[in-house]
Amino acid sequence: MQRIEQEGKVHPAEERLRKLLIRGLAGDASAYHAFLQELSAHLRAFLRRRLTGMPDEVEDLVQESLLGVHNQRHTYDAAQPLTAWLHAIARYKLVDLMRRRAKHELLSDPLDDEIDFLSASDSEAAEARRDLGKLLDQLPDRQRLPIVHMKLEGLSVAETARVTGMSESAVKVGVHRGLKALAAMIGGGKA
Amino acid sequence: MNTDDLVTMLATGAGAVAANPAPRRYAVAIVSGALGAGLLMGILLGVRHDLAAALLLPMFWVKLAFVAALAAASLAAVLRLSRPGMPLTWVPGALAAPIVAMGILAAFALLRAAPAQRGGLFFGDTWTSCPFLIALLSAPVFVAVLWAIRGLAPTRLRLAGAAAGLLSGAVGALVYCLHCPEMGAPFIAFWYLLGMMIPTALGALLGPRLLRW
Repeated sequence: MQRIEQEGKVHPAEERLRKLLIRGLAGDASAYHAFLQELSAHLRAFLRRRLTGMPDEVEDLVQESLLGVHNQRHTYDAAQPLTAWLHAIARYKLVDLMRRRAKHELLSDPLDDEIDFLSASDSEAAEARRDLGKLLDQLPDRQRLPIVHMKLEGLSVAETARVTGMSESAVKVGVHRGLKALAAMIGGGKA
Repeated sequence: MNTDDLVTMLATGAGAVAANPAPRRYAVAIVSGALGAGLLMGILLGVRHDLAAALLLPMFWVKLAFVAALAAASLAAVLRLSRPGMPLTWVPGALAAPIVAMGILAAFALLRAAPAQRGGLFFGDTWTSCPFLIALLSAPVFVAVLWAIRGLAPTRLRLAGAAAGLLSGAVGALVYCLHCPEMGAPFIAFWYLLGMMIPTALGALLGPRLLRW
């Protein structure tokens, strides 16, 4: 992201990403896919530089930021510089992670850390917490089923409504709320 | 799920998104919040009995303009703070301007008054209740504005919470103007501001917890 942050003239990456996002917001799924794909590479570079002490967290935070960008894409205004918008989201997720870790380290007893260090099952739990697929399984059916059918199997809203027996608006709400709940779960908070 | 799978999942069936829903959300929040505040005032306080006469006094309108200017500036603040990467630019100046203007007006009123009258100008008859009633009337607006901002993406949570609190305080005070009998500039410059600061402080306190996403 630093590459598109150069001051003065607009960097080609900013212009390209902006066009892809605007087409994506208008409903062009392949442009939106390309936008997210390229964005994830920028996010990874941006976060890796700032999380040198905790490389394990990088990919987690890339995913969290991507979910944030997706869930909040309605707040992007085409008149606004895209870099400023993306940077604010990535920075927000980074600061949120730092705050969470600081709180965790403050609350946890040093003795607990030693127990954690020897406990294999705890590290497995940490792994599981990070797997979005497993987090998805924890969502209630009214959110999980719409996401599975629409976002993973690629069914339309109408088809998903028929398969699940939900109304079309309930399907849309389920996808929207489910993705927000996922973002909250990956962030360690409550949905 | 690796990141490529996540990207594919997010892009699949993403559909079109309505452009910038923020103004609409805030319009709904402010109108419903103001209705709630009006209802509270109607039940608990009632409008001032000399309202028709007060409408002819310039000070009534000065008071209203002061509160309305703060409401407008804090609305500009929440609109910017609820979207990532939007700079505040002129907004802090717009927030300070009505406060400074009212302060100057208050200072002139106090300087011109005889020393014995200054206490009355500052304390009025209702200084013990005014700030709390403004805070009370702002409560429904506070809830509605928090709903609006939670559907958007604030990244500076404490500041966004404070701006939301100030907006609800200003709308609450705007409704309170219809009840409040006080007309002294020093009273308004201090006690009205204090009343609006109660939800502002509450918003700053709750923002980081309530506005996370």
